[in-house]
Amino acid sequence: MSRSYLPHWVHWLGSPPNFYRFAGALRPWLMAVALVSAVIGLYGGLLLAPPDYQQGDAYRIIFIHVPSAWMSLFIYATMAVAGLVALVWRVKLAEVIAMECAPTGAAFTFITLVTGSLWGKPMWGTWWTWDARLTSELVLLFLYFGVIGLYNAFEDRRRGARAASLLALVGIVNLPIVHYSVQWWNTLHQGTTVNFLDPARSSIAPSMLWPLLVMALATHLYFFASLLGRTRTGLLSLESGKQWVRALVGGQPAQTTGAPT
Amino acid sequence: MASTAQSIIDGTSVTRVERASTLGACGALLHRDFVLAWRRRGELFLPLLYAVIVAALFPFALGPDPELLVRIAGGVLLVIVILAMLPALESMFRADLEDGTLEQWLLAPQPLALLALTRVIAHWLTTVLPLIIVMPLLGALLNLPVKVLPVLIVALLLATPLLVLLGSVLSALAAGARRSGILMALMLLPLAVPVVIFAAGAIAAAQSGMPFIAPLTWLAAALILAIVLAPLACAAALKIAVES
Repeated sequence: MSRSYLPHWVHWLGSPPNFYRFAGALRPWLMAVALVSAVIGLYGGLLLAPPDYQQGDAYRIIFIHVPSAWMSLFIYATMAVAGLVALVWRVKLAEVIAMECAPTGAAFTFITLVTGSLWGKPMWGTWWTWDARLTSELVLLFLYFGVIGLYNAFEDRRRGARAASLLALVGIVNLPIVHYSVQWWNTLHQGTTVNFLDPARSSIAPSMLWPLLVMALATHLYFFASLLGRTRTGLLSLESGKQWVRALVGGQPAQTTGAPT
Repeated sequence: MASTAQSIIDGTSVTRVERASTLGACGALLHRDFVLAWRRRGELFLPLLYAVIVAALFPFALGPDPELLVRIAGGVLLVIVILAMLPALESMFRADLEDGTLEQWLLAPQPLALLALTRVIAHWLTTVLPLIIVMPLLGALLNLPVKVLPVLIVALLLATPLLVLLGSVLSALAAGARRSGILMALMLLPLAVPVVIFAAGAIAAAQSGMPFIAPLTWLAAALILAIVLAPLACAAALKIAVES
């Protein structure tokens, strides 16, 4: 009964060989669009957008910092959703996707912390402060490390993936804390300037907003492209004993069956 | 077996008998954990020894200036308790997984989450409560003001069960892993940060003579939430640990 709720292509795509081919076809396009939009976004942000009246040119780091920060939360949410699917429906593909999200997410979180630190030095006069948002972002980085560490601590990779997926779900309580930290605690980190739900309340100039959104698009597409690539290699190593992988890497299927055809 | 058969014959007292047997199972589990802890009572003193040694190291490292010690004592004691809890947390379910007890837990008619909660209670009583009992001594070592001591103890009484509940989920997750020494600290740290913030907030408020009830009620609220949710997550993690 429940099977009929999902369209057929979901089941088709859930099979590792099909996903492998699909991801391989989609990945170059995503990567190309990501690179083009990154170039456009950086050109718009670094050259076209006017300097800030308070921060001068130093504010331009937001075109890296803010999209990375959005990605650090978005990837965690993606990982948690994939982890939930992996735990509830035992989908092998979802396990691989959830686990391949973690290193990219950790990288974006690290970029966010480093660029924020570089920005904080001229603006606040300090590299680091124990402010609510900085601390919660650091905690997010440790959550990613915990997921990666737990996954790698298991002999059986599928069990490790399920355990780490559950850890990712437990750690999701941190996401609202990161997002609302600048509203709950009035601290050094500036408040929200981009408001998607209510554009009238956004306090960012349109000439600065559009490069930011283009960069956000670029980072999202880059993440999806890199996730597809990572999932492909993850599937290959997880399924390395299977027939379709043998056929793929050039070994004849005859090796396993022994039948001369 | 006899009581179950009797209850089926009676037909009326089924629920009462079953409830009694659930409580009986939890009681038996508590008793078993207490006996095991008592047979290895030497191990129970190790966290206490660790806490005393670390507390004694601070005056050496920072200098025995009483004013400095007064200022940092509350936070230092909080961190010492968390660090002293860590090694025991890691092995909360390990022995049970190795000797097959966990499989019996899964087969038992009692809900797995309830058994996990019982284990959490036994663990807290045997390994964490002694740490809280020696707090006055450690506080005296570090010049903790007497008026802050009750707040510190209440904050620990709320924060440590919360940490043991969170730790039970992580411990169940790591039970099937090859090595989990530093992993446990890595996983617990992000989840422990809010707990530490609120507990330290209460201690700092008490130290400066401000109202300290608000952070304590936050801790209590989080504890109630964790008592409901953490055993369920722990049960899910135990199922992952057992199946292979």
